Amino acid sequence: MEVACLQRRFIDLTATIFQQEILDSQFTQLQQLQDESSPNFIHEVVSLFFQEAEKLLNELSKALDQQIVDFKKVDAHVHRLKGSSASIGARRVKDVCIAFRSCCEENNKDGCIQHLQQVNQEYYLVKSNLEDLLKLEKQILASGGSIPTMK
Amino acid sequence: MVAGAAAAGGRRRWWLNRTAMVVVWVVVSVGIWVGLHWYIRTVSMRKAEEALESMCEERARMLQDQFAVSVNHVHALAILVSTFHYRKQPSAIDQETFAYYTAKTAFERPLLNGVAYAQRVVHAERGKFESQQGWTIKTMKQEPSPVQDEYAPVIFSQKTVSYIEALDMMSGEEDRENILRARATGKAVLTNPFRLLGSNHLGVVLTFPVYRAGLPADATVAQRVEATAGYLGGAFDVESLVENLLRQLAGNQDIMVNVYDVTNTSEPLIMYGPQNPDGYMPLSHVSMLDFGDPFRKHQMMCRYSQKPPIPLSAITTPSGVFVICMLAGYILYAAWNRYDNVKEDCRKMEELKVQAEAADVAKSQFLATVSHEIRTPMNGVLGMLDMLLDTDLNLTQKDYAQTAQICGKALIALINEVLDRAKIEAGKLEIEAVPFELRSILDDVLSLFSSKSREKGIELAVFVSHKVPEIVTGDPGRFRQIITNLVGNSVKFTERGHIFVQVHLIENANKVMDAKVDTDLNGCLSDMMVPSDGTFNTLSGLEAADRRNSWENFKLLVSNEMPQSDKCKNGMPCGMNSGNVTLMVSVEDTGIGIPLQAQDRVFTPFMQADSSTSRNYGGTGIGLSISKCLVELMGGQINFISRPNVGSTFTFTAIFQRCKKSAGGDPKRTLSESLPTGFKGMKAFLVDARPVRSAVTKYHLQRLGITVEVASTIKMALNALSGQNGCLRSGKRPYILLIEKDSWTPGMDVYLHDQLLEWKQCGQIPEVPKVILLVTSESDKAKAGSFVDTVIMKPLRASTVAACLQHALGMGKQQRKEMPNGSAFLHSLLAGKNILVVDDNKVNLRVAAGALKKYGAKVECAESGKDALSLLQLPHNFDACFMDVQMPEMDGFEATRQIRLMESKANEEVKCGETYEGSERAEWHLPILAMTADVIQATYEECMKCGMDGYVSKPFEEQQLYQAVAKFLVSKPNSDL
Repeated sequence: MEVACLQRRFIDLTATIFQQEILDSQFTQLQQLQDESSPNFIHEVVSLFFQEAEKLLNELSKALDQQIVDFKKVDAHVHRLKGSSASIGARRVKDVCIAFRSCCEENNKDGCIQHLQQVNQEYYLVKSNLEDLLKLEKQILASGGSIPTMK
Repeated sequence: MVAGAAAAGGRRRWWLNRTAMVVVWVVVSVGIWVGLHWYIRTVSMRKAEEALESMCEERARMLQDQFAVSVNHVHALAILVSTFHYRKQPSAIDQETFAYYTAKTAFERPLLNGVAYAQRVVHAERGKFESQQGWTIKTMKQEPSPVQDEYAPVIFSQKTVSYIEALDMMSGEEDRENILRARATGKAVLTNPFRLLGSNHLGVVLTFPVYRAGLPADATVAQRVEATAGYLGGAFDVESLVENLLRQLAGNQDIMVNVYDVTNTSEPLIMYGPQNPDGYMPLSHVSMLDFGDPFRKHQMMCRYSQKPPIPLSAITTPSGVFVICMLAGYILYAAWNRYDNVKEDCRKMEELKVQAEAADVAKSQFLATVSHEIRTPMNGVLGMLDMLLDTDLNLTQKDYAQTAQICGKALIALINEVLDRAKIEAGKLEIEAVPFELRSILDDVLSLFSSKSREKGIELAVFVSHKVPEIVTGDPGRFRQIITNLVGNSVKFTERGHIFVQVHLIENANKVMDAKVDTDLNGCLSDMMVPSDGTFNTLSGLEAADRRNSWENFKLLVSNEMPQSDKCKNGMPCGMNSGNVTLMVSVEDTGIGIPLQAQDRVFTPFMQADSSTSRNYGGTGIGLSISKCLVELMGGQINFISRPNVGSTFTFTAIFQRCKKSAGGDPKRTLSESLPTGFKGMKAFLVDARPVRSAVTKYHLQRLGITVEVASTIKMALNALSGQNGCLRSGKRPYILLIEKDSWTPGMDVYLHDQLLEWKQCGQIPEVPKVILLVTSESDKAKAGSFVDTVIMKPLRASTVAACLQHALGMGKQQRKEMPNGSAFLHSLLAGKNILVVDDNKVNLRVAAGALKKYGAKVECAESGKDALSLLQLPHNFDACFMDVQMPEMDGFEATRQIRLMESKANEEVKCGETYEGSERAEWHLPILAMTADVIQATYEECMKCGMDGYVSKPFEEQQLYQAVAKFLVSKPNSDL
């Protein structure tokens, strides 16, 4: 009963995540990559992503605090963040990053700061969602259920 | 804007300049006119003056001369009087004698009215004198003279002046003075001019003294007075004198003359001419006159009666010069204007040219970009359609999807053609040089059109001469493109008959053509006659446009090469020794042909024969122009012979390189793979009434290693079969009977079947040969009765024939592995491979590694270019490397360059003899694939430039990964796993 409940919650959560385009098909592919040979793959990748993203976000806010903003540096950071988010399938973060980069090209400081806030929001959104998802997964596995596969 | 205003200002100033110059020029011209006019007038004036002067002098001299003559005569008269009046006693002269004499000699003195002689009478002798003469002395007023000291009464006078006889000359003031002066000087003297008594003309009186004899030459005045005997006088009528003179000299020039007595310079006395001189005053000349009287001075003043006319030249010459100046000015002006216009035009042209060139470049770029941009999403569309077709679809859906796919492919093809054309125009198209197998390419092209040719029921066949090498080096893609284009056109425009592709060596073809021409000349054009049965010796029996491709030729070509092809197999050099092979490819069809008027623009882009063509047959008409360019790039030529409603034959030549033996290994393997070898040594019997068609069939069967015999009818075939039983039995090979659909008449099948069965039962043949029917269209298939083992659909291809034969003969079908697709194949490719993934982004790295691991690869990770380099120090075990492009410190390009550098060094060392332990590889070349998110052309080119082998987009897509990897990795045998 509990497992079924958890599974349903899992399905609902995934559905909303995908519906809101917080994650995209790339994440599904990642899920497919996880098998017996690498049981912790998703967890591993996701935590790597968190580390990387938080580091980058820190760097970005520092860079944008400067009197004279080094837009090249900002651009490089955003590019990295974009790559990471694309890899993990964090669609909305990636989309904001794309807009962010065009701001960098225009050397638009205000725009950059605005975008940084957006990226932060999106990142925390995806982070909380992913954490929830992973927690649910763990619970399901712990209670002996299997993770429902996505269509 | 500013520049424009400045330019306008400049132009205005320039115009001002020009106007100013025009004005200056006109002023200068006018000045020249005036100057010239003035000069000519001056010159003419001076001439007139000179003329006047000379005329005046001339008149003066004449006047003077005539005057002198008269004076001399008077002098002579004086001598006469002194001689005959005073020396003779008594006087020999009386009034009568004098009058007579003077009258007779009057012609000598035309200027003198008359002459008279007055005797000097002193008062003392007056009485005596008066009595002697018988008259009293009278004064000028005809009154008796008052008492005077002395008198000078006229005693002799010419008739004309007889009225002065007895008049005392001393009574007149003028005369008296004259007399006194004359006797004092002893010379002729003149009076002031006065009105003469008789004529009332102005005149002067000349007085000449007559002395008594004995007066010394140097006598004093007193002595002279004393010796004076009388006075001879004459009146000069100056007016008539001058008038006569002028009448004599009346020339063309009407001149006015005044003669003055200027003894008293302050008050000149006029002797001739009007008191107030008229005529043209500014120009006058004064000549001095010497009448022999030193006391009196006379002068003559001449002038023109009218102002001398301004010479015509003074007007015409400057006017002419003026006109010339104006004309010259106009010419200069016009030339200047013209020059400016031309310069301006030229500048505009230059601008337009630059614009046009820019537009051309822009067009090409636009074409390239747009077609590229269209191609990219189209590839996606096509791929998706591919995948869609793999899914479960109902028939309608499948049909829609297929239609969409076909349309998409057509669009891609068109875009490719346009791109090709643009590339060729830009000179960017390069011809590759890779070894390829000509025959299989032709087979492929034929198979492309097989469905269409079957639908239409046309014979589509290919024949490659045996002399053509199996493998040549050239550009297979472009060769295929040309053939596809030509055959595509033929298929499009042909409704019945055949399409026949032939490939020969050019030397061979030429040789045969020459031989053919010879026989044609000897034989009486038999070839040109229409065959009696109305069919031609071509593939389908229909007439072809180019008669050179008729059977006679073909036979020659085929027979010619047979013995030589053996030589080739023996490794003997055949044909040319050089590395080049020139092939002549002809594509012959029996279609609608090309209208004569359209034949000269067949190779022009976007020109179809006529506008209705594109309506009826579609297409853009770009294909042939591309083909022409491609053929020219391959060093060949393309041309065609076409007859409307008969057909067209396109022939092109192309130069390829002979493939070197060593390099030929690779493609040969693919050949042996594609063509099964199990048929070697088999025998087949072909029943075909058409020699060309049978030759084609034979060619394909021979490629499979089957020996072929040909019979034109089934009966002949059966005869041959029965006669060859012995051989057949010993051959032990299944015998194949191939029958063309033409020979397969209804009823024949039963006959054939029975015959064969009978033979078998008799033991004449070990087993019934397999009967195979060759058909062209689907409809023919129905004709095949139950006795046919299998049916082969044209066009023939070695591989299809092989498949059919395998099927018919029931040979153990070679297990044809299905091409593994997608992940399964990827798995087989990547399984067990050592792969290095380089990415600075840990997330990406992990994901890529995960993906590759999933396909069974052993993955190592590096987080920077430097790490990768250290991992890739030779020797290493990596089979491939995936490299991120954008990395800090050392990016993917740089890393790749370094790796390649390392490898080339190592390779050189290997060549020099050193070998790394444990490396059996001949050359180091690690496949490096770029991983990049932006898959644009520039990045791709950059990748290639720095030595990468390909690229995959991030995140990995299965299909693309497969495509990229398949090129470099050889799938390991399953046992390896």
